[in-house]
Amino acid sequence: MGLLGLLAAVEGDVGAIGKGLVYGLAAIGPGIGIGFLVGKAVEAMARQPEAAGMVRTTMFLGIAFVEALALFGFVLSFII
Amino acid sequence: MLSTLVSLLASDVRPPAGFEPPGTEIFETPCLIGSGDYCANRVMLYMALSAIIIVALFVIAFRKPKLVPSGLQNGMESVVEFIRNGIVMEVMGPSGLKYLPFLTSLFFFIFVNNIFGILPFIQFPVNSRMAIPAFLAVLVWFIYNVAGIKAQGLGGYLKSSLFPPGVPTLIYILVTPIEFVSTFIVRPLTLAVRLAANMIAGHLILTIFFVGTWYLQWKLVTIPFAALSFALGTALVAFEILVAVLQAYIFTILTAVYIAGSEHPEH
Repeated sequence: MGLLGLLAAVEGDVGAIGKGLVYGLAAIGPGIGIGFLVGKAVEAMARQPEAAGMVRTTMFLGIAFVEALALFGFVLSFII
Repeated sequence: MLSTLVSLLASDVRPPAGFEPPGTEIFETPCLIGSGDYCANRVMLYMALSAIIIVALFVIAFRKPKLVPSGLQNGMESVVEFIRNGIVMEVMGPSGLKYLPFLTSLFFFIFVNNIFGILPFIQFPVNSRMAIPAFLAVLVWFIYNVAGIKAQGLGGYLKSSLFPPGVPTLIYILVTPIEFVSTFIVRPLTLAVRLAANMIAGHLILTIFFVGTWYLQWKLVTIPFAALSFALGTALVAFEILVAVLQAYIFTILTAVYIAGSEHPEH
């Protein structure tokens, strides 16, 4: 039947599945993004330990921006 | 845990029929004083309490300042110093030191209201009510816009924020709307939603784990799972402390970045 068939079958009440899909899909991108971001930041800190403070500040800033997308998904999963 | 003990002591205790996961209704608090849309509820009292706590902390710590600080003065000084060196000097430079009092109050207000989420007998993160982060974000929005207009004039501020230099003229058709949305709409929206959603998620997860513990301890077979749930819930309390500090830090540093960006646009 597959996922689409399943979705068609529950046409009447998509609440729970829709909420799960919204948050799950919204978490994919930011998950990959934060992985890249922190990995690269650790690389930079290992190459230049004296710049670690600056790199860490920038890393947290970047995480904050990326994480916002996942949190939008989280909030939307309550709204829909 | 308290409700478990109370329900065990009561005589007509029956195990619940089915597991009902807690939803967003745990964030709705009844009116304590007054009624209708404009009444004082639990959250308002906690906010007032947080203001009292912060003022008391600063007054007690710096009432008789010593040259060699110890105890509370030492702790508070190191936090203020961290905001000064780690946020203001790093992001804004020496010219941003006039914003240090504002950023310090912002940090302490957000941190105390976040940590309310795990303090015994309070256990409600005030910032999980959207109105409070939204108000803080609107405040920050006004401050960075006014700072930008003061530093560059209205035309200069709009020009530097909507028309970034070094872009071919035709591309401005595409870039200017994007810059407008990202500077004036998305910035405060993400600031508020980030803080509120983090606190909502944390509080909801803690509630789910502890309600799960309470639900699983009724039968002997499921008690090991209750112990697991309780252990993970306890670990998540420690994680929530980290999140409380981190969100206060991120809110403060983003405020600093926005103010610095509108005062000194990149060339």
